[in-house]
Amino acid sequence: MLGLDKKDTTLLIIVALLTLLAPFLLNPFPSDSAMAQFNAGYPDLMQRFVIFGIFAVGFNILFGLTGYLSFGHAAFLGIGSYSAVWMFKLFSYNVIPAIALSVIMAGLFSLLIGFISLRRSGIYFSILTLAFAQMSFALAYSVLSNPKFNLTNGETGLQVYADDPQMFHRDGLPDLPHLFGLSMRSTYTLDMGAWSFDFNAGYYLCAVIMMIVFYLAIRIFRSPFGMMLRAVKSNQQRMNYTGLNSRPYTLAAFVISGMYAGLAGGLMAAMDPLAGAERMQWTASGEVVLMTILGGTGTLIGPVLGAGFIKYFENIFSKINDSVLHGWFAFLPDGMEDFVVAVLHPFVGKGWHLTLGILFMLVVIFLPGGLVEGGTRLRNWFRGKRSGADDKPSGKTEPAE
Amino acid sequence: MSNKSVTRRGVLKTGAVAGAGVALPTIFTASSASAFTNEPTGGTVTLGFNVPQTGPYADEGNDELLAQQLAVEHLNGEGDGGCLNTFTSKALKGNGILGKKVTFVTGDTQTKSDAARASAKSMIEKDGAIMINGGSSSGVAVAVQGLCQEAGIIFMAGLTHANDTTGKDRKKNGFRHFFNAYMSGAALAPVLAKEMGADRRAYHLTADYNWGWTQEESIVASTEALGWETVNTVKTPLASTDFSSYIAPVLNSGADVLVLNHYGGNMVNSLTNAIQFGLLDKVANGKDFKIVVPLYSELMAAGAGENIKGVLGSMNYNWQLENEGSKAFVKSFGEKYGKPPSNSAQTCYAQVLLYADAVERAGSFNPCAVVEALEGFEFDGLGNGKTLYRAEDHQCFKDVLVVRGAQNPTNAYDTLEIVEITPVDQVTYPPDHPMFGGAEATLGECNEGA
Amino acid sequence: MDAILLQILNGLDKGSAYALIALGLTLIFGTLGVVNFAHGALFMIGAFCAVTLQRILNLSFESVDESQTDFLGNPLKVKTPYVEAWFGPEAGAVIIDWSVPLAVLFAIPIMLFVGYAMERGLIKFFYKRPHADQILVTFGLAIVLQEVIKYFFGANPIQTPPPEALRGSLDLGVMVGFDPNAIIYPIWRLVYFVFATVIIGGVFAFLQFTTFGMVVRAGMADRETVGLLGINIDRRFTIMFGIAAAVAGLAGVMYGPLNPPNYHMGMDFLVLSFVVVVVGGMGSLPGAVLAGFLLGILESFASTTWATTTIPGINQIIIYLVAIIILLTRPRGLMGRKGVMED
Repeated sequence: MLGLDKKDTTLLIIVALLTLLAPFLLNPFPSDSAMAQFNAGYPDLMQRFVIFGIFAVGFNILFGLTGYLSFGHAAFLGIGSYSAVWMFKLFSYNVIPAIALSVIMAGLFSLLIGFISLRRSGIYFSILTLAFAQMSFALAYSVLSNPKFNLTNGETGLQVYADDPQMFHRDGLPDLPHLFGLSMRSTYTLDMGAWSFDFNAGYYLCAVIMMIVFYLAIRIFRSPFGMMLRAVKSNQQRMNYTGLNSRPYTLAAFVISGMYAGLAGGLMAAMDPLAGAERMQWTASGEVVLMTILGGTGTLIGPVLGAGFIKYFENIFSKINDSVLHGWFAFLPDGMEDFVVAVLHPFVGKGWHLTLGILFMLVVIFLPGGLVEGGTRLRNWFRGKRSGADDKPSGKTEPAE
Repeated sequence: MSNKSVTRRGVLKTGAVAGAGVALPTIFTASSASAFTNEPTGGTVTLGFNVPQTGPYADEGNDELLAQQLAVEHLNGEGDGGCLNTFTSKALKGNGILGKKVTFVTGDTQTKSDAARASAKSMIEKDGAIMINGGSSSGVAVAVQGLCQEAGIIFMAGLTHANDTTGKDRKKNGFRHFFNAYMSGAALAPVLAKEMGADRRAYHLTADYNWGWTQEESIVASTEALGWETVNTVKTPLASTDFSSYIAPVLNSGADVLVLNHYGGNMVNSLTNAIQFGLLDKVANGKDFKIVVPLYSELMAAGAGENIKGVLGSMNYNWQLENEGSKAFVKSFGEKYGKPPSNSAQTCYAQVLLYADAVERAGSFNPCAVVEALEGFEFDGLGNGKTLYRAEDHQCFKDVLVVRGAQNPTNAYDTLEIVEITPVDQVTYPPDHPMFGGAEATLGECNEGA
Repeated sequence: MDAILLQILNGLDKGSAYALIALGLTLIFGTLGVVNFAHGALFMIGAFCAVTLQRILNLSFESVDESQTDFLGNPLKVKTPYVEAWFGPEAGAVIIDWSVPLAVLFAIPIMLFVGYAMERGLIKFFYKRPHADQILVTFGLAIVLQEVIKYFFGANPIQTPPPEALRGSLDLGVMVGFDPNAIIYPIWRLVYFVFATVIIGGVFAFLQFTTFGMVVRAGMADRETVGLLGINIDRRFTIMFGIAAAVAGLAGVMYGPLNPPNYHMGMDFLVLSFVVVVVGGMGSLPGAVLAGFLLGILESFASTTWATTTIPGINQIIIYLVAIIILLTRPRGLMGRKGVMED
């Protein structure tokens, strides 16, 4: 289907189902139960899952295929967000032109930065991209937000004010980002017994875009171009000796992944019309690197899983406080309850960083291929259990790509 | 699926699906349209406490959280009631808000606009929070205030000192109890002139972002009005951890006062560096060299340790204040947590009570009714003395404290001493003041969402 | 002229911290080939060794003083440190006063052990793994370490003041004939610079003039051959990891009096120290030191009023700008070797 082989089609269908049914899948617990704390099916987080998924998938096209580790991709995300918000400020709240501009701007910047940075390889390349991104962050945070020339609005973040021109804005259109009148915030809540599911317009826009770009990523991975990028990773020297100039290929990969980042940035602004400078900080660049490695470098689905993993911890674990813990363990005898709460206390709420750090270490120690390898092992283990000896274990673990 | 064997699990699943199918007509209902965002329907009402729990301001956020939890206890009639006994409005009965028990959810702002908005959104979308309270930076306050305006719930800012929060970025659904940079300048300048003379030459080091600029602008304006001269204003990058290269030229610049428009870790380091360079032991222009830190907090004072001795600054509140409300709050907070409250804790505590009281008086959780009840509300008994929530910009007007690092602190908590309580009239400004967005700044329309 | 001298001093001082951290980072990278994202955390742990020692020395017993009251109006509990009770108030006060220099002795065994444990317990399993995995696992470790510190010490900075005798500043200008107040410089910053020079010199001397150091250098150049000669190079590299950790830790101990330590100070230095290492050239120890001082001085000059008025915002981006220029003109940094970390 769509020029994909059977395995890839299955993968695409699985991704499509997961994204479309996310409001159900992420809200498995009744909304009044104690476990509802673990529900992630509210619009903002679902949007974040998908947006950072797009970001990580794009990053993986560069890192997973060519092996070039960029430490500055957050800059493109930030540029995408700023472009989108400027589009909102100057023209209209319609998201389509805003997203288009953010992709284009991110593409242009990545062309420039990539052209310079790709003159070096290895860690020298990483540091060059890091330097560019940190410069962009510093400029956006203070220099470009001075009252005389306010391009970014600094620490507060660029936002739309009532006195902005918004040339094509008409009465009757929502005063928030919208798709031809359909507000990105509009949510339909479905109550089914004790369960409650949110269907949000913005989320579905992100989900559809995610499926399209995921499909594109599969095509890139399978194309001759993708093969060429892999060749760069495995042995660039040999490639050069055969008379091939690898630079145009890596630059193309860099620009494509920069555009993915810009798209993610544009979508972020479209879901929530504010662009903060922190999006460009090195920690944000580091985050996408972690997402990719955590999920499984070079695999198609891995980065999406990694993105979901990190965002889930950031948003769900940070909200568990002591009174929530007491609520869960209220059934225990008093002394036991306090003990259990005291033991868990350092790992949740303000300690969510600690849990995340420990999980990073555990995953990378025990699952060298990331979460995807975990999935593969689990599947093999199940198969092994069910069908016994007739399942031939393959010599090496095959990432799902 | 090649597995056709019937399992217990499979049977259960099928049964559940069939059951759901049968029951469909009764349970398959869309949520009923409510009058406003997150209208509380059950026996409880949820408040959202959005404070930094990771990053450099984590301790301050933790203090805010403790104060907010205390406020919830008092609202629900637990504990000693704290300021409910001293509050001039007697609408609150200690039975929750409008008879509904108060619960709360917490989130981590990470002191980043993006993360703070994400956290606030999850409170609104997932937990059904009816108001958001807290925070420790102006960037975050403005960002979350904008979000709450769009979503149609009430926002009450925690520690935010930039003029913009209730200046050019003011919002109808947003409120600020904390004081601002203009008030700091207006309160500090007369004390500075009295203690240091009217012919001083000041050198400003300013954190290079929005809050730093508004504070620098305010302090420069109010000190120059009293005859001071500004020698230089230098912007320091936010990411700076070492300020030696900014401090080193100060002594040679002809200045005799150093003003540090820094907050948090920046302030702790720049002040430590300034003391290292021995600025306070020097004589310039025939006068003793002085340092001023316009915005103080207890945690910064603790971080700066001995270095703050004799250094002047301003605060929104200090636990050493002797009025009834302050005493009740300090007693309640101190007995529960074993330490006196910080000024951001007091702000967050007061705001929870103010919100609850406004709902009681309005008789509704509807944000627009709450806004109406809070606008122009005059009260006392929450620790700051007589206070007005001004209708035009939702800024609280109350006395401002000028404080100084104590020479001989007796314990870890009285490192700051109150020099003067500047009366509210001295720090009041018109709502269309140019530093606050001028005549164009408006609150906009109240939004009740839904 | 005096302003320039002052900024050179500042630059050397900033550069000392950069150079010490970058030196350790390069040692680890050069010997073990591991990209250690937890190196900033080692620096931070060093600083907290000083905090811990200060806390230990200040351990006190309480006695109730009825004449004073605390903030709730109860009788005040007066604390007397055990050290003062044991050695007499004066000697005890001196010991507490000198807690930071004492912490150097306290930190060396701790940091060696931390480094050793880190290498044996974790890093050793990652030699054959891709650099990306090393980054992820050491970054995870860095987060864990700093969160543990935060759990025990809080997020607020903690003052670790220098001894009374080394506080305040010196008027260096007068000594070389300038006007008074022209070049005022804090004593502890001079101490830090001297200390850094001694440590750097020590590490180089150790590598240059001892048999152990010679073997390590040989191992850095060609690990396999040295192994074939029957030398247990792994064990030596483990010890080098411990030494690198100790260098970072000592840099942290002595840094405390300059700027009070907090739990995320390691992360503040992490990115910068990587830039320093790369600008110096991967795997080159002199390169790391040179780049550390160079970037420190450039950063100081970029923050002068003259520089920021000429090019607004230059102080924010100077390090990165210089890194880009150097990497574009010198492909392997200032003194990098060919073929290191380029694949």
